[in-house]
Amino acid sequence: MDYFLTEDQLMIKELTRQIAEEKVIPARHELDEKEEFPWEIMKVLAQSDLFSLFIPEEYGGLGRGCLELCIAVEELSRACLGVSTSYAANALGTSPILLYGSDEQKKKYLPDIAAGKRLVAFALTEANAGSDAGGIQTTARLEGNEYVVNGTKQWITNGGEAEIYTIIAITDRAKGARGASAFIVEKGTPHFSFGKKEKKMGIRASATRELIFDNCRIPKDNILGKEGMGFIVAMKTLDNSRTGVGAQGVGVAQGAFEEAVKFARQRVQFGHPIISFQAVQHMLADMAIDIEAARALVYSVARYIDSGAKEISKESAIAKVFATDLAMRVTTNAVQVMGGSGYMREYPVEKMMRDAKILQIYEGTNQIQRNVIGQALIKEAAKGK
Amino acid sequence: MNIVVCIKQVPDTAEVKINPETNTLIRDGVPSIINPFDLHAIEAALQIKEKDGGKVIVITMGPPQAENALRDALSMGADDAVLLTDRAFAGSDTWATSYTLSRAVKKIGADIIICGKQAIDGDTAQVGPEMAEFLNIPHVAYVKKVEDIKADFLRVQRMMDSGYDIVESTFPVLLTVVKEINEPRLPSLKGKMAAKKAVIKKWTSSDIGADEDKIGLKGSPTQVKNIFAPQAKTDRKMLNGTPEEQVEALIQELRSLKCLS
Repeated sequence: MDYFLTEDQLMIKELTRQIAEEKVIPARHELDEKEEFPWEIMKVLAQSDLFSLFIPEEYGGLGRGCLELCIAVEELSRACLGVSTSYAANALGTSPILLYGSDEQKKKYLPDIAAGKRLVAFALTEANAGSDAGGIQTTARLEGNEYVVNGTKQWITNGGEAEIYTIIAITDRAKGARGASAFIVEKGTPHFSFGKKEKKMGIRASATRELIFDNCRIPKDNILGKEGMGFIVAMKTLDNSRTGVGAQGVGVAQGAFEEAVKFARQRVQFGHPIISFQAVQHMLADMAIDIEAARALVYSVARYIDSGAKEISKESAIAKVFATDLAMRVTTNAVQVMGGSGYMREYPVEKMMRDAKILQIYEGTNQIQRNVIGQALIKEAAKGK
Repeated sequence: MNIVVCIKQVPDTAEVKINPETNTLIRDGVPSIINPFDLHAIEAALQIKEKDGGKVIVITMGPPQAENALRDALSMGADDAVLLTDRAFAGSDTWATSYTLSRAVKKIGADIIICGKQAIDGDTAQVGPEMAEFLNIPHVAYVKKVEDIKADFLRVQRMMDSGYDIVESTFPVLLTVVKEINEPRLPSLKGKMAAKKAVIKKWTSSDIGADEDKIGLKGSPTQVKNIFAPQAKTDRKMLNGTPEEQVEALIQELRSLKCLS
């Protein structure tokens, strides 16, 4: 379907498709098997200016919006979710700086991020704080001109590989949700170390590690926004990034769908290619319906965000839930269409199915997304909208 | 330093089919690409520029749509592009092509000229060296590495069947490169955006002061009599007996075919 993308947007799509075809698809199987971080591909993405997409022009970027990022993420996800997660997590980590960074902080960090010289990670989750961000234990205590950070962040995407970390820590526990603050911490800061690399079910090319802060001192100026704004920073960051997770869902579903169609045309049973059987056709048709609906939704929400809309929690949650639930369904059915072959690691769809599962979990589980949507509905109803 | 890269737009052979009745290429609907060896030439030029400075100018001779190949080269990072396009150029063989390109190179002025070792459609590998002859400058073919660029000479590795030669040459020099020299980069977004807007110079035969008798079909001594796809020969003979007998029979057979002496 034609989504009336501009020439620039088509160019972004074409270039990321080319990178996906030439660099990602040939490498994805081995990256998954070896659980290896895709540095080679990150370098190609940097050289192709893809890290600069969402950075404003005054800081060395291309100044494009949510839709452009979604297009790039979708194309990479069509090839490998592990790679696209590493790329998208960089945008997630950069978001707090874009949204709440001072001009000085932006000048210091954004040009390097735009050039792909330094990778970024966002760190909110802890052992006892995920969906419930109120359970954060990590603290940041002001001492003179420094904050002293203590605590452990868990399951941090790009952890260990990234050089810049945007983290949420408690500065005043007595204030509850208003007692959290956001900070920038650079890799190499003394008393900031990494835990072991986690072994995951899918997206195994992406790196997931603990961040360990043990009396780690960071300059006072590394705070993002003001003390007490941590939850707002986190929530606005997630509002902004969720649509991108939806784009990941569209991409991986598209990739699995294409594999299933290709296979169904070649696989002969009872003397006919299995695609000639109505049972298979209906499965493929359902996939096509799902994918097109999700893409239309993700692009619409991205355009809504790019229009400068302020209240985007509900819309971005809707896009995330819809596109990622379908990604699980489509990748599972792609394996089903391909039968025994689909289950084998020789074909890419079992990996896509393993990879797709994370989309229903990270950046807010789909159950939490439904809470977000539900709360927005209550608010709207109360306002008599 | 001016580095001129000569490229050719060719049909994507991965998608080419031959019409079995006429024995000609079916070009309809076949996408055009930059000749793959020329991508290595562009990459080599960009690497020299990044290390030692200079300007990369890409040229091609072809129909108006060859402009797309030049835009692709610009999106990789080339600074400028020239399209040599003129009805009078039509039907050029390698000789006429080399002459025409050399006229353009002369007009631009180059310190280093880089070509891919050959084009994947014609496979002659003649145009690079022939250009050097027309320009009366040295050339090194099959370059697999640029070792060093000094103020007044360069040193390269020339790939041979067994190992490589180290060759030094003064400027200007023409190099043809093999795919082992580098991994061509993909375009960048900024490059693509700039390439889309770039104005590509178009030169005709009079712009490069070409001698009319040396260009196009008229200037081409090569006459193609016939193009055909060779018949695939599938001859098969089964050998019987014990493994020893089969080996003996195989050796006899290979000897009779003069494959073994």
